[in-house]
Amino acid sequence: MDRRSFLQSGAVVAASGALAAPALSQGAAARTLRFVPQANLANYDPIWGTQFVVRNASMLVWDTLYGIDNTFTPRRQMVESEEVSSDGLTWTFRLREGLRWHDNEPVRAQDCVASLERWMVRDGMGQMIRALRQELAAVDDRTFRLRLSAPYPKMLLALGKNNTPIAFMMPERIARTDPFQQITEYVGSGPMRFNRNEWVPGARATWTKFDQYVPRDEAPNWLSGGKRMMVDRVEWIIQPDPATAAAALQQGEVDWWETPLNDLIPVLRRNRNIRIDVADPLGNVGCLRFNHLHAPFNDPRVRQAVAWVVNQPDFMGAVVGGDAALWKQMNGFFTPETPNYTEAGGEILSRPRSVADARRLLQEGGYNGQPVTMLVAQDIAALSAMGQVANAALRSIGMNVDFVATDWGTVGARRASREPVARGGWNIFFTWFAGADCTNPASYLGLRAHGDGAWFGWPNDPAIEAGRDKWFAAANAAEEKAACEEINRAACQSFPFVPTGFYRAYQAWRGNVTGINAGPLPWFWGVSKS
Amino acid sequence: MWAYIFRRVLATIPVMAIVALFVFSLLYLAPGDPAAVIAGDQASPEDVERIRASLGLDRPYLVRFGEWVFNILRGDLGTSIFTNLPVSHMIMQRVEPTLSLMVVTLVLSVTIAVPMGVVAAWKQGTHADRAVMAFAVLGFSVPVFVVGYVLAFVFALELDWLPVQGYTPLSEGLWPWFENLILPAIALGTVYIALIARITRATMLEVLSQDYIRTARAKGVGQRAILFLHALKNAAVPIVTVIGIGIALLIGGAVVTESVFAIPGLGRLTVDAILRRDYPVIQGVVLLFSFVYVLVNLVIDLLYTLFDPRIRY
Repeated sequence: MDRRSFLQSGAVVAASGALAAPALSQGAAARTLRFVPQANLANYDPIWGTQFVVRNASMLVWDTLYGIDNTFTPRRQMVESEEVSSDGLTWTFRLREGLRWHDNEPVRAQDCVASLERWMVRDGMGQMIRALRQELAAVDDRTFRLRLSAPYPKMLLALGKNNTPIAFMMPERIARTDPFQQITEYVGSGPMRFNRNEWVPGARATWTKFDQYVPRDEAPNWLSGGKRMMVDRVEWIIQPDPATAAAALQQGEVDWWETPLNDLIPVLRRNRNIRIDVADPLGNVGCLRFNHLHAPFNDPRVRQAVAWVVNQPDFMGAVVGGDAALWKQMNGFFTPETPNYTEAGGEILSRPRSVADARRLLQEGGYNGQPVTMLVAQDIAALSAMGQVANAALRSIGMNVDFVATDWGTVGARRASREPVARGGWNIFFTWFAGADCTNPASYLGLRAHGDGAWFGWPNDPAIEAGRDKWFAAANAAEEKAACEEINRAACQSFPFVPTGFYRAYQAWRGNVTGINAGPLPWFWGVSKS
Repeated sequence: MWAYIFRRVLATIPVMAIVALFVFSLLYLAPGDPAAVIAGDQASPEDVERIRASLGLDRPYLVRFGEWVFNILRGDLGTSIFTNLPVSHMIMQRVEPTLSLMVVTLVLSVTIAVPMGVVAAWKQGTHADRAVMAFAVLGFSVPVFVVGYVLAFVFALELDWLPVQGYTPLSEGLWPWFENLILPAIALGTVYIALIARITRATMLEVLSQDYIRTARAKGVGQRAILFLHALKNAAVPIVTVIGIGIALLIGGAVVTESVFAIPGLGRLTVDAILRRDYPVIQGVVLLFSFVYVLVNLVIDLLYTLFDPRIRY
């Protein structure tokens, strides 16, 4: 082959390649929503994997019996009606007519029973229901009954909450999977089908509209109402690099970015084709978590000493930057601007910071200068920032901080250790709670204080637990609020953790996308693209 | 020759065994617990233990290692702890983007760097030489991700010539495939170009001072023929060696480049797996990279015979 013929054949190959490329019509492009999620969809089982990203993706495929609206009221979703006996012990649920799985089989009560059985093993509220359960069985194809040994007033909230793991409904054959094993089939009755063959974990996941989905007639409102898909296809494009995601959004290569980096917001604002708004009004609660098992933080006075020097503006400035609209001082433990938020007993958080008071409490608490091992994940910007600020604050009152800079994977493993520091334990780590989880005591892991059974750090405060019990038994909103005030007062004495502030994040999308609403997770229904 | 190849292929077995032992032991000793990550925040210690047992993480080191090696010998790299997909399937999903990126980078780099080095040697001490050397210093000094950001800003955001991110499979057309690789290949290739250009220049300078070159000039052979037929061929062995060593550089650089340009390749798979402590995936990918590197070294050794007839195995 001579040079000329080589070049000629090369040109032909190039041309044929160009011809072979699929032409995506403008109409088709407008029916595809390209979304950059907060993280990689590494697994797809909402009961096995409790990460938020799995929950958010699962909302497309699996439906729920109930769903909360923006007033945190559980509304019927798959359920047509429910009946509770006068003694509150027997619940009977009837499913809506015409519900179908993605394999075209009808949704049956037996499916829901199996799904609830699996969910109850992994979820906190589900575990409470499981402990009370006398019987959970299908009555007929559309009806199932749950009989309890004691009333559980928060039943509908448990079935409709947005906290992970959500009580998603699956076909019986899938729901029979051990809750500690992943499912291998992704069949739901939600508005979208999952395209399993196109799933490349760490890169891409796609869904196609399920034409037989039966939306409710009500307007969509958070997890409740009619989930009408306005696009035919949803593509999740995983972007490990925020700068690249920003550039892709500016160029129109993606349509919607769930969690833009705060530092990049000014750049995005300058682009007139991009809209920016708060993603989740319920935001996040920053957390400085103590290990209550070992000195020095086994003494409440030492924990109070730290609370005296946690200056939330410093923490929040480090986490969200100079955008004051993104954070709030929280002088309590529950999510600000929600019904249960209270500052009862929160003077220690609201009064001017006091190094003198902190030093006095440290002395009273018997702190003798021993090292305080602080685990700080460097691969999560917010946690790294909190760690730096806390390091300076604790040193200012004379604490001997052993700053362990590591990655979140290591923190995740080490925080589970109950051993003393010398044997691989820890004293402090940082994390955050989704504000949606902190609106009430039911899903607020950080505020459990039942010793060995509590979340990492294992605080033990009967007063907090008593308040929690009162909340579960509360018959109305006023009683619930009173219970939360009691919890807050107790927590501001014993400090299971110190809140480092309440902060929100932005989301960004292209101007040709409409119908995006703020909420604790991204809602895809009602979102359209021109 | 064939006996040599056979011996070299045999020699890869102990090398791979050592790599396997090293990788497995390193991960065994590394902190982190995938069971705790999987279990989530509401799990009890018993739940975590149950998950650990179901993943086989509670068994002794030697049992786990033995089982892993046995499975590898059967061609089974295991199943990802997090995705529940076979590791071989995950690797296959990612091979094409990484291979494409490396091939384009390699071709681009060699095509640019070798002539650059030749010209620099030929024009030693001139502005052209200094320009090549300045580029080489810059190429070594600027990190891959910075080059990537600058390229994306200029050619994608400002000029709108090329896409910012992503990968299109070759099956969807040559141009869509190629246009997604241009910027990443340049970004990844910058340091590689610098390396090859420097080595080419240094080797060419040495060759150009040889007696046979002077003889060729005295015979009236043209400058182009002297440079590319006589000198470059004799300078090829060190250049090819550096190209081969540079494959490791490319593998390392691909991790960053794939992240910056959102290319779903093996580099990103590795990073994701490490961050989540997905042991089977880490082990599978590292083993694959090691095997590729051993293979590349063999190919380079064989290429020597092509450029230097005196080398015989």
